[in-house]
Formats: sequence, structure tokens, C-alpha cells
Amino acid sequence: MNKIFEVPMYPYARHADEDAATPVRRKVVIIGAGPIGLAAAIELAQQGIEAIVLDENDKVSFGSRAICFAKRPLEILDRLGCGQPMVDKGVLWNVGKVFFDDRQVYDFNLLPEEGHERPAFINLQQYYFEEYLVNRVRELQDQGAPIEIRGRNKVSAIGTHPDHVTLEVDTPEGSYNLEADWMIACDGAGSPTRRMLGLDFVGRVFEDNFLIADVVMEADFPTERWFWFDPPFNKGQSALLHKQPDGVWRIDLQLGWDIDKEREKRPENVIPRLKEMLGDDVEFELEWVSIYTFQCRRMEKFRHGRVLFAGDAAHQVSPFGARGANSGLQDTDNLCWKLKLVMEGSAPESLLDSYDMERVHGADENILNSSRSTDFITPKSEMSRVLRDAVLDLSEQHEFARPLVNSGRLSVPCTYDGSPLNSADALLDGPARTRPGSSCPDAPLGDDFLLRKLGDKFILLTIDAEAPDVVEEAGITVERLALSVKDDKSLALKERYLGDHDSGVYLIRPDQHVAARRPSYDETQFRAAIRRAVGKE
Amino acid sequence: MSNPHTETLILTPNINGADDFYADLLAAHDGRDKADSDAFNARLLLVLANHIGDRAILKQALAAAALTQEEDLT
Repeated sequence: MNKIFEVPMYPYARHADEDAATPVRRKVVIIGAGPIGLAAAIELAQQGIEAIVLDENDKVSFGSRAICFAKRPLEILDRLGCGQPMVDKGVLWNVGKVFFDDRQVYDFNLLPEEGHERPAFINLQQYYFEEYLVNRVRELQDQGAPIEIRGRNKVSAIGTHPDHVTLEVDTPEGSYNLEADWMIACDGAGSPTRRMLGLDFVGRVFEDNFLIADVVMEADFPTERWFWFDPPFNKGQSALLHKQPDGVWRIDLQLGWDIDKEREKRPENVIPRLKEMLGDDVEFELEWVSIYTFQCRRMEKFRHGRVLFAGDAAHQVSPFGARGANSGLQDTDNLCWKLKLVMEGSAPESLLDSYDMERVHGADENILNSSRSTDFITPKSEMSRVLRDAVLDLSEQHEFARPLVNSGRLSVPCTYDGSPLNSADALLDGPARTRPGSSCPDAPLGDDFLLRKLGDKFILLTIDAEAPDVVEEAGITVERLALSVKDDKSLALKERYLGDHDSGVYLIRPDQHVAARRPSYDETQFRAAIRRAVGKE
Repeated sequence: MSNPHTETLILTPNINGADDFYADLLAAHDGRDKADSDAFNARLLLVLANHIGDRAILKQALAAAALTQEEDLT
């Protein structure tokens, strides 16, 4: 049987650039056709900017890899025109169970907040995720958008210059030279780009190994997330069972540090472990097995002149909390609108330094959260194990201990507090979740949703407030979206954007983060806020 | 963060029948081996910490337990 990840999705085809007498200059070259590189290319192409993706391979992700996609990335994917197939295919779950030793200590229901178009997250194999992104690329190509994926194009040398980047690219038919005005490196945790440029990548290596197995089974396990601390079938370690589409289950087994990886990966060693976990009578087939060790680290800076790093190439976290691909999608969401304005000449190049600042902040938050989960799951000292076990024992009888149990804090968008693009919060005592720097929470608007209406441009959102329909400032056109609290009977809009205020005006960035807010429109203040949001104030 | 002037850890005698409490504490450890006692202490501290709840007080308690000098408590 051919699996999707065994079929070349973007096979090598000789490109005219390979035969050019002098190197061809492209607008944006993206290294890596993983989830982050493809998302960046789609976003840029939708904005009319030429995006060329180079990948040394020609297939989607081998094995499921990233499997949890959170609400914010799904909202971003909606803007990229491919959120719906992901949600349609993905598995939704709300119930989780926590086991300790030989017993269940408690279960929980996530009870996601009402009034959002997208769920808190879905489970979906990375190969489907990439397939749907590739489909979207093909759709854009059919519409004539300036986007390409060049399979089996491996970058072997990079030269950086003040106003462009030069690349040497190896293909099955030889090598060629290419130039780019800008380059985005999305080439993963082992980023060859980072290595070729001799850049740092420091942080903490966790001394542990995890066996991940994708198992196809017809089992009557419910669609729930099960997490075991110190189970009988994996003594002293942890385990996770999570459902994916197509009857595929993700199983993670912590193995400890001192193991023989090749030996542990062999089916004759994996299958008995899984039988012990699932029970002897469960029929299953192994789809994919891998062993990984993880690090929590990031580059000191994500921008190096005309080379911008995004996703795992820039930062790496432990897998607990699904903060890898999810945070990478927020990187390109933050980057692409800024790059567009800089390329058009509507914003100074220094606007890109705010990408570095804001997403370093995001990476630090993710590293902090995932390190804490790791420290709970794999205690590093005798006393941290005693405290961890105390929390788990108490959690069985006493509700108070359950929030202390940490098997991963699920990815939520970062708020860019302190960003130089923010204007001071002038909606005093307004809802904290929509303060400047926040990503806009969704809200229902009859049959529609707020985020659909915000789209991907600067917006002046007015709620029961007057303002001009269009504001032009410093080369930026800001259109008004006029709403009333009456547009949402559930009152989520009021609760999320006004709080105790009767009216509010928000300046919202193209990545749907709040730049400024006030109770009413003030011409001088909002013009200054627009300039500030594009790095001109 | 909470204001340290309004949220202050009590470090003066505050338990009625201090001797009785101490005897209860010792009794709770009777018959436990070291690992069991360590686990009990860990559970006890989590129960008490949750009762206090206030992060500012808990930070002061962590510092007080570390026998940190008072000028370092700010």
C-alpha cells in the first residue's frame, strides 16, 4: 500500500533558472517545504509576492510527527485558505484521562470556550497537514499566483550581502546559482542554513529518549487523550495515547537515557511493549516508529540581515504542549506582513527587527512552558520526584492538585507585551485578553465570525463607536470594520473587547494582533498608532 | 504581583496549642519509613500551600523556609 508520505508530492523538474547565464534574482526564497515554509510561501503569494520554496526532498513528512494543531494556527490557516480541510479531517477531543501507577487518578473535560469558529485543537498527522498545504499551493498556482515548490533542490552554499542573498543549489542534474532579495529559513531543528551561516543554537538538552509509534488498530478506545505517569507497562517512565484520523493512534513511550536506540526501534522490541500497554487481545499494525531526544533552545536572533529564521530552525521545544509547529506558524504569521510592507517600501527595514523581538518573546514563553512540563514528567532529582508523586496522589482525591499536574500545557498564542509596535493601552481596565499585543480572540457575529471579517490587512475595529471608514497614514490604508455589541447575542464580543466600557476602537494588525485600543476614535492618537505599528514612530 | 505591605507572611506565634500541633505532626509520621514520610511531607505542604493560595505569601514562605535573611525578602 502506498502511503501519502511515500509518494513524491513535488518531484524534481528542471527549472529554467538552472540554465540561466547569470543567476536569476528572486523576491523571496524559502528553504524547507515543511509546514512552516509552505505556510510562509502561501501567505506571501496570496499577497502577490513571489515565493520560491526549495526542499532537498520531494515528499511530505515521513510519519505523523507533529499531530496537535491548536486554535490559533487553525485560524491562521483559515486566512491561508486551507483551514477547513484540516478541521474536516482532524480528530476533535475534549476528554483527557490521567493515570498514575496502575490506576486512573482523574479525568477532565477541556470544555472549550464557546463562541469561537475553531476548536481548541485538532489531532492531524503532519503528512496530511503538509498535503493540504501543498494542495493550496497548487490551487494558487492555478490562479496564477507567484509560488513554486522545487523538489530535490538542496542548498549547498549561502552568501549574505546587504541587499540580497546568493545561493548555490544542488539538484539531481547538477548545481545552479540563485539570488534572492530575501530568504526565509524554515529548514527545521537541524537547519543546514543555520550551520552554513555559522550561527549559534544554544539551550538545554534533556537527557531522555522517547519512542513514538503510530499504530493502526480497530480498538474501542474512546477519542480521548490518555497520559500515564509511571505505569506498570513502562515502570518509572511515562506514556501517552492519542487518537489521529484513519484509526491511527499515536503512542509515546518514555525510555530513559541509557538505551540502545537501534535495538529499541526494532519491531520485535516495540511490539511486546505495545501489547503490554494495549492488552494482548488488541490487533494492531505498526505504521511508523521513531525515537527522539529533544532540546529546548533557540537562536539568539531570528533575523540575520536578509535571512530570517522561522519554526524549528529558529527555536526548538520539547513536544509536551504541542508548541513546535504551532509556534512556527505564528512566526510566519508575524513575519510575512512585515516583510511585505518592507519590500513595498511602506515600512523601514527595521520593522523586521520587531519580528525578532516579538517571536523571541514567543519562543521564550514556549520554552519555559515546555521545560516545566518536561520537569514534571521526568523529575530530575529525588525530591522533585517525591513532589511530583505527591501531586499525583493528591489529585485522585482532591481537585486542588489537578491544575498542578503537568503533562503539557497546550499551545496558546503569545501576547506581545512590551512590543515597540504597541501603543499604550487607553481602554482603561478593559479586558486583559485584548490588551495591545494580544492576538484577537474570535467572537460569533450571527452566522459569521469576527476573525473571518478581520482578514489579513490593517483594520480599525469599532464597536458602538464612530470613526472614518478609511484612514490613510504613512502609506498604510486602514479600513474600518464597524460592529455593535448587538451583532452578537451571546455577548462574547462585548465581554472580550469592551468589558465594562460601552464602546471601543481597536487598531488591528494584519496578523490579527491588537496594536492599539481606546474607548473612542481619536484622529491624532490612531494616526500615531498606525505609524508605530509599522515601525515609523 | 500582590503588594507586600498588605500581604505579609505571619512569622510570629500563630498556632493555638503549639505543643499539641507539634505532637500531631510527629504522630502523623509514626510508623512511616523515610520514603513514606517524605511523601507525606510533600503532600502536607501542597495541601497547606493551596489553602494559603496567595503567591506573594507563598514566595515569602519559601524564603522564610530557606532561612534567608530578612533584607533579601523584598
